[in-house]
Amino acid sequence: MTWFSIIVSGIVTYFSRMAMVALIDREMLGTKVKEVLNYVPAAVFPAIIFPGVFFNDFGLFVEITDPKIYGAIVALVVGFYSRSVIATIVSGLLSYWFIIFFLLR
Amino acid sequence: MLSKSKIFFKGIVAVLPHMLSVIPFGIITGAIGIELGFDPILVYATSLIIFGGASQIIFMQLLSGGASSLVAITSVGVINSRHLLYGAVLSEYLEKLSFIKKLFISYFIVDQGFAESNKYIKQNKNLSNPHYYILGTGITLWFCWQLSTISGIILGSFIPEELGLKFAIPLTFLAIIVNDIRKLDHVFVMLVSGFASLILFNAPFKSYIILSPIVALIAAFIMLRFKK
Repeated sequence: MTWFSIIVSGIVTYFSRMAMVALIDREMLGTKVKEVLNYVPAAVFPAIIFPGVFFNDFGLFVEITDPKIYGAIVALVVGFYSRSVIATIVSGLLSYWFIIFFLLR
Repeated sequence: MLSKSKIFFKGIVAVLPHMLSVIPFGIITGAIGIELGFDPILVYATSLIIFGGASQIIFMQLLSGGASSLVAITSVGVINSRHLLYGAVLSEYLEKLSFIKKLFISYFIVDQGFAESNKYIKQNKNLSNPHYYILGTGITLWFCWQLSTISGIILGSFIPEELGLKFAIPLTFLAIIVNDIRKLDHVFVMLVSGFASLILFNAPFKSYIILSPIVALIAAFIMLRFKK
């Protein structure tokens, strides 16, 4: 079943790459649609970020003092100023590890 | 006039700085796949068959969390729908190519490659073979992505669970959109999506992952109407 899902997902993804290049006349995508497509990253990724930070493994809200919230705030600030993908991820993980391994022990 | 191989090489050079983010992202993708309990071959298959970092992570996260195939596949489709935009822009430069060549190049359309190709081709309007530039960027990114996910798969089996590497998932996506936080309209759409995902989190079949972006895109559509 997992293989099936991977293959169908692969076909869907390939179609998203190929459709406008090889199949559909690009005029079919109106300016309105293009404008809205611009917001796809902003619309998709917070739906992964927010639950990943604010929920625990059991789907319950974490406490406001949860290490994940601090880690996310550090990553957000570092990312905003550094504009670096690696600095964002590493600073978030390091501050998270610092809290769970040093402060909470 | 630049030769085909020179244009191809220029494409390779253009995406090299992006390796700083692509390689760690690939390693994380591979390692998280293992952490989530998938077979190494399955994790690698997502890199080869889906070939889209963000969608691969979400795909594996959803399936391991008990989501149905339909939800996992649909969310991959939603995330990757941004390629439609890239294709629409690039198709202008690929018009003269044969259908088979178009099918081949399409596989290599990726975020960073698109960004660099679009920038370069716009600045060099008289380029005779712009598709070699696109291929240069795409094939380079493809190789680095395959190698870095394989490294991540190998590393993943050594990383202890106590590290809570799963927290790298939201951080990775935060890193992808953190630059857009400077744009107020994007922040608005992000907040709508984020709060919608918290409210809809317990909706059946993990459908929050599809419903929240839809709510946010509708909000974006309404916002665009008011902006004018």
